[in-house]
Amino acid sequence: MAESIGQVVREVCESHACDPTRLMDIVRETQRRLGHVSDEATDAIAHWTGAARVNVAHLISFYSFYTDSPQGRVVIRLCDDVIDRMAGYDKVRAAFESELGIKMGQTTDDGAFTLTHTACIGMSDQAPAALINQTPVTRLSADAARRIIRELREHGDPTKLVHHCGDGNNAHPLVHSMVENNIRLAGPVIFSRVNRGEAISKALALSPTEVIRAVKTARLRGRGGAGFPTGLKWEFARAAPGDRKIIFCNADEGEPGTFKDRVILTECPDRVFAGMAIAGYAVGANEGILYLRGEYEYLLPFLEDVLERRRADGLLGQQIRGRNTFAFDIRIQLGAGAYICGEETALLRSCEGLAGEPMTRPPFPVQKGYLGLPSVVNNVETLACVTKILEEGPATFSEFGTSATSGTKLLSIAGDCMRPGVYEVSMGTSLRQVLDLCGGDQPGAVQVGGPSGKMIAPNEFDRVICYDDLSTGGSLMIFDAERSIPEIVSAFMEFFIEESCGYCAPCRVGNVLLKERLDQIIGGRGEPDDLSYLEQLGTTVRSTSRCGLGQSSPNPVLSTLENFRPAYEALVKTDPDGFKRSFDLSEAVKLAEGIAGRPSVHAQEGDS
Amino acid sequence: MTDVIFTIDAQEIRSPADRTILEAAQENGIYIPRLCHKDGLEPYGGCRLCTVTINGRPTSACTQPVAEGITVENDTEQIRSWRKGIIEMLFVEGNHFCMFCEKSGDCELQALAYRFGISAPRYPYLWPVREVDASHPDVLIDHNRCILCSRCVRTSRDIDGKQAFGFVGRGSDRRLVVNPGSRLADTTLDVTDQAVDACPVGAILRKQHAYRTPVGQRTYDAGPIGAQIETPVDLTIDQGGLP
Repeated sequence: MAESIGQVVREVCESHACDPTRLMDIVRETQRRLGHVSDEATDAIAHWTGAARVNVAHLISFYSFYTDSPQGRVVIRLCDDVIDRMAGYDKVRAAFESELGIKMGQTTDDGAFTLTHTACIGMSDQAPAALINQTPVTRLSADAARRIIRELREHGDPTKLVHHCGDGNNAHPLVHSMVENNIRLAGPVIFSRVNRGEAISKALALSPTEVIRAVKTARLRGRGGAGFPTGLKWEFARAAPGDRKIIFCNADEGEPGTFKDRVILTECPDRVFAGMAIAGYAVGANEGILYLRGEYEYLLPFLEDVLERRRADGLLGQQIRGRNTFAFDIRIQLGAGAYICGEETALLRSCEGLAGEPMTRPPFPVQKGYLGLPSVVNNVETLACVTKILEEGPATFSEFGTSATSGTKLLSIAGDCMRPGVYEVSMGTSLRQVLDLCGGDQPGAVQVGGPSGKMIAPNEFDRVICYDDLSTGGSLMIFDAERSIPEIVSAFMEFFIEESCGYCAPCRVGNVLLKERLDQIIGGRGEPDDLSYLEQLGTTVRSTSRCGLGQSSPNPVLSTLENFRPAYEALVKTDPDGFKRSFDLSEAVKLAEGIAGRPSVHAQEGDS
Repeated sequence: MTDVIFTIDAQEIRSPADRTILEAAQENGIYIPRLCHKDGLEPYGGCRLCTVTINGRPTSACTQPVAEGITVENDTEQIRSWRKGIIEMLFVEGNHFCMFCEKSGDCELQALAYRFGISAPRYPYLWPVREVDASHPDVLIDHNRCILCSRCVRTSRDIDGKQAFGFVGRGSDRRLVVNPGSRLADTTLDVTDQAVDACPVGAILRKQHAYRTPVGQRTYDAGPIGAQIETPVDLTIDQGGLP
């Protein structure tokens, strides 16, 4: 290595003013230059930033895109989400493995390639998909996988794998990606024409409290799924004591099956950045941070350019719209592969340069969030709605939707349907109408809201998308009737086990135990009592976990035990001889033989 | 500061407004089970054993401030069932063999299992492979028994001023590590540090101290955990044996 580790780390740290709150960026840059973050590099980062060494080590071990051991120059992260598995993950994986001569999780001897898996990368409508370094490759097949490896062996540059760009801004020179938007239904709010600067001008003509009132009048609620009233959140933050307040845009879209924020950021980032500035004006904040999930790093140069142009046009920076009364600027913080960072307080921790563990509440972020400062965290879609409300007035916005839930909702639809993609529907649209739109022909089940949401059976397809009924961040996964519900649920539990932060006991241990028993049942060794065991265990995890992850991770188990019980009942049986079905005699004998180092006497007698 | 009035299991509680539910309960003779909480340390909310319901919503009593007029439930059948489940999870997550453990009788996890009448966990053992760090001349870490409560982490950081411990990993890979270095001997931990005594289980032990207090004279031989808080002392517990 030409440069010493210490020298590289020093340069990287100094380029971030040795600021320990910028550890996410420091670790990423260190890894980019050195390939991995070794113990020596970790020591040096702790030295230059003044952070405790254990905090640096925790951060590196916490985010799945960071590594403390050497990996290939090209890292292939194949998405193993349920939808990708349905779309041919196994064949693609086998092709990568045979072409590279390694197994999943390994690195080739020449150090050229690492093959690993990753959770949903926000490409479910074009699955199977993978990230090759930062480049998304979509609609994979076994042939495509083999071709990709052959090409990479020639030039080693994943960005050269893009031979055809997707639609819209996916073809923008700064994006240059094969990703497609698949906007199947463009509604009147998010995907309407943007008149840059109009919303901000109108906001600045009002007082900050009038802006908050407009958002309240529009009855805007958070689009991330929880549905907290946006105007009320801003009001709390405005009232919180302190001169420095921060606006966050949560673009850590990690709920499996969700990809609508990717499309918003690709096609109308101006709407989102305008929404952040308006929030800043309303709350009394001069700083904004957009937390972009690491999987969407390929959008970073494009988004930085949009910010730069907004600064040049007086829509961001010291004197917005030429008024020296309001200054606001935005930086983008990149994540590094951790679903939990979509939880708002974990997101704030991550921005502070720490592992993404949720904070204790109260205090709430609007009182004490990022660095102890009043912080507002809004979803990408929520902020895009804000811009629309300021452009056309709250009355126009609340014309859409129902009397209880105003506006539209973006849905990310994937799975067994003809037209997967993004749909902007009016709040109050029924699941049945949605299925008609996307060509979901007589499905057996629809998972609404991703794994943390609910599995809906056909007799409930008349339920509607809104906060009072099916409240969702927007993920809709459609499953044909022949798909195995328990196997889908097992895959969801695997996701939660991988993504739990591990801070609290019920989520850290309980999800592992739920999957263990579920797999027993799927493997034909389940007993009728196991169903009440799962219900009791699931209820304990849901009721006692510390944050939204553990409070919702048992949902797949609990909601399918309620709505799809026959699928489980068909698998569990009472042994006619009274034996415990969960006890596998031959497995137990094999284990004992391994310990004893010889075949069992019983087996020898049987042979003779 | 004016007091607030609220109820715990229908009993009226008057408490200064700056207390947590757990503190207010304790000052009024009500024991709320806990493992990661230790008086004098910053509330952590990690073990979730102190889960209560406030106006029907579950939350951790160690982190939740008191408030006027709230209805807290602490000792209901449902909450006992959750807590029992968490204790069992902690047992199967690590490798706990009470009969071989020198902390037996002084161990809070074991004492809680007795208090909740747990004779064997309902959940399967996960049998993790964990290490013992005996590098330090006076102090030993047996990771098999660690329940990741963070009491040593917080005590070392906030009371001893050393930050000799921390965590790495995510989810079920989370584990206690020392700071800096890889072995306890690399740290500045001293046997007189309060962090050594912060461990509720047998994960951090003083060397050369085992069995100085004979069985029969240990902390929880005299009465169940929580008895020192409760008035009157409740002795009607269901005592089972541990595996």
